[in-house]
Amino acid sequence: MDMNKIRMQLMLCGGTGCDSTGSDKVRAALQEEIEKQDLSEEVAIVITGCNGFCAVGPVMVVQPEGVFYQKIQPEDAKELVTEHCLHGRPVERLFYKNPATKKKIGRMAEIPFFASQEFRAMRNKGLIDPELIDEAIARDGYFGLAKVLSEMSPEDIIDEMMASGLRGRGGAGFPAGAKWRFAKWADGDEKYVLCNADEGDPGAFMDRSILESDPHAVLEGMAIAARAINAHKGYIYCRSEYPLAIKRLHIAIDQANAYGLLGDDILGSGFNFDVEVYQGAGAFVCGEETALMRSIEGKRGMPIPRPPFPAYKGLWGKPTILNNVETLANVAQIILNGGAWYASIGTETSKGTKVFALSGDVANIGLVEVPMGTSLRSLVYDIGGGVPGKRTFKAVQLGGPSGGCVPEEHLDTPIDYEAIAKVGAIMGSGGAIVMDNTTCMVDMARYFMDFIQDESCGKCTPCREGTKRILTILEDICKGKGKDGDIEELESLCHVVGHTALCGLGQTAPNPVLSTLRYFRDEFEAHIYDKTCPAKTCPDLVKFEVDPEACKRCGLCAKGCPADAITWHKKEVAVIDKDKCIKCMSCYDRCKFDAIL
Amino acid sequence: MESIMIKRIHPHHPDIDGAMWERIDGIIEAGRGKPGALITVLRECQDVVRYLPRELLSYVSSGLNIPVSQVFGVATFYSFFSLTPKGRHIIKACTGTACYVKGIKESLNRIHGKYNLKEGGTTADRRFSLEGVRCLGACGLAPVMVVDKDIHGAVSSDKVIQILENYK
Repeated sequence: MDMNKIRMQLMLCGGTGCDSTGSDKVRAALQEEIEKQDLSEEVAIVITGCNGFCAVGPVMVVQPEGVFYQKIQPEDAKELVTEHCLHGRPVERLFYKNPATKKKIGRMAEIPFFASQEFRAMRNKGLIDPELIDEAIARDGYFGLAKVLSEMSPEDIIDEMMASGLRGRGGAGFPAGAKWRFAKWADGDEKYVLCNADEGDPGAFMDRSILESDPHAVLEGMAIAARAINAHKGYIYCRSEYPLAIKRLHIAIDQANAYGLLGDDILGSGFNFDVEVYQGAGAFVCGEETALMRSIEGKRGMPIPRPPFPAYKGLWGKPTILNNVETLANVAQIILNGGAWYASIGTETSKGTKVFALSGDVANIGLVEVPMGTSLRSLVYDIGGGVPGKRTFKAVQLGGPSGGCVPEEHLDTPIDYEAIAKVGAIMGSGGAIVMDNTTCMVDMARYFMDFIQDESCGKCTPCREGTKRILTILEDICKGKGKDGDIEELESLCHVVGHTALCGLGQTAPNPVLSTLRYFRDEFEAHIYDKTCPAKTCPDLVKFEVDPEACKRCGLCAKGCPADAITWHKKEVAVIDKDKCIKCMSCYDRCKFDAIL
Repeated sequence: MESIMIKRIHPHHPDIDGAMWERIDGIIEAGRGKPGALITVLRECQDVVRYLPRELLSYVSSGLNIPVSQVFGVATFYSFFSLTPKGRHIIKACTGTACYVKGIKESLNRIHGKYNLKEGGTTADRRFSLEGVRCLGACGLAPVMVVDKDIHGAVSSDKVIQILENYK
């Protein structure tokens, strides 16, 4: 293909989200149509990594105009190629429609979801073909590494990282530069650089997306870190649930090795650095640094007490640094533009940008990167488009099983490590799950405790036994068997587990319970004392009766009942037969008028 | 010190045939003497046999010269490994937060009702195995279910049986 003749590029998203909604079939249809209309010389299809706006996939951006198409089907290919590619008339039918104004928006930059974002870690998303190293290089890929190898000493690199104020994006927020400095100071002929791509928090997918859309940025960040501490071997620990990310990493490493940007004697500098991908085997605890290292050593992924910290004694007992994918994706830009550039946005203690995976009960589900200091309200409403339909916002859950819920009254909290911790949540790795008024907070606490209890490695007693006890109490409360004193018992157990567990997983495990207790204590009390679930989510506390006042006699509930337990005749209130009812909640989900009690 | 295997005797197992044993030998050969290779070897062996029978764990142990207790320990620690046979089709239901909020629980109830199949179980006819997996990272499509290699998004309780009926 002669790139000089190409006048138009169709950047079709090939990320996990769009792939599953059929972007591969769309690509085939577009390709066929382009060939049929003899446009192969002028129009090219580029399969990009995750675009971020997963909710409306498959998505495509036509460059250079920047026109954004959503929910494309293979049948749309003919119209798209004929109208847009040949005649230059964009197909409005496939534009994004702003739910607030009901207006169609054609340009990607004008869609509110994208407009308030600032791309740094995700600067290449949707702009390059992640399987072609040349495209990464054309966007300054490996320039940071070249600069480091030719004109910077290891101390310079660390100074620049310190100046940037970049803090670990995996959740704990430890300054990346400081971690590197400790590892540089540590004695040892052999050192390791690890990348934590074991993104285990449910509801978080930013690392997957970065690896799928710009794997070279992560490799370059690792190589720069390796230069700073003088390591020659790196591992990327990636969870096996991300097959596409693993495939792209392998391709990227092979290409970088072939170009002499990884491997022996990088760019003729005499510096060697090899990277290997290590696939996880499904254990949430392996996201904890010491457990991750045990797993790479081929053992059970159980944490060990710190100190000694991995910077002194990590993988195979050698000095090791472990950084998260998003942290590493920022490194090359910091080196190229300077630490001061990176620190120019953000708050006093939190610099730069943070990527969030916005999901749950929110209109615009997807991946967003915002400057630190942006308010949570802006994240949920301006970018996320708020809660769809008639339901109302209840809370946003940040930080997954180690985090907490932020209710309406604290939505003006800025995105900042310290400010978020103050309201009882954590920045975490970036999962942001919006919950509406139909989400039961007791059930949510139970859900997270069930997760932690299942994923606890079992090594230390407080986590193994404590989480089990907390879960039992929460399950009882959800089943209507809660009793007086349960709340106090929960608080006391949470206190013990938080203070005595061995690793981060156990120490933060009580957070979801404590934060829901803090803001939604009344819901716990309603479950325990009144035996009701205000959100009507806990099947044992829902009466499965129809409220004749609220019922609009539409019959939707009866049509969807799998057990034929609902009788309904036109213009009459539906009746639920409790003997037949299997408490599957489908009537409740279907009723638009909240008429099922 | 390299362990020298003179002649390998393949234990008899109904689910592993001669060609599979050949592949398993190749996998063990590639991992021998390599630090930390155990998890990779187990994963590749599971790709061949579809699960890890006990006989195979002992075989890997002697092949890699790692105590069988350690092999067993690793195989039972990680949720990726299964020591029991799997169905022809593997259903992975995402139980991540977004899918939970969007109602995967109701879909799982439907599966239980129709096939008498619970999380971690296999149907008696070995047609389906159901696994609950932690966040698949496709929250935009919640609730998500992966059947074999096909990702299905927005799997509501109404749609789930219809989708599964396509897998015989």
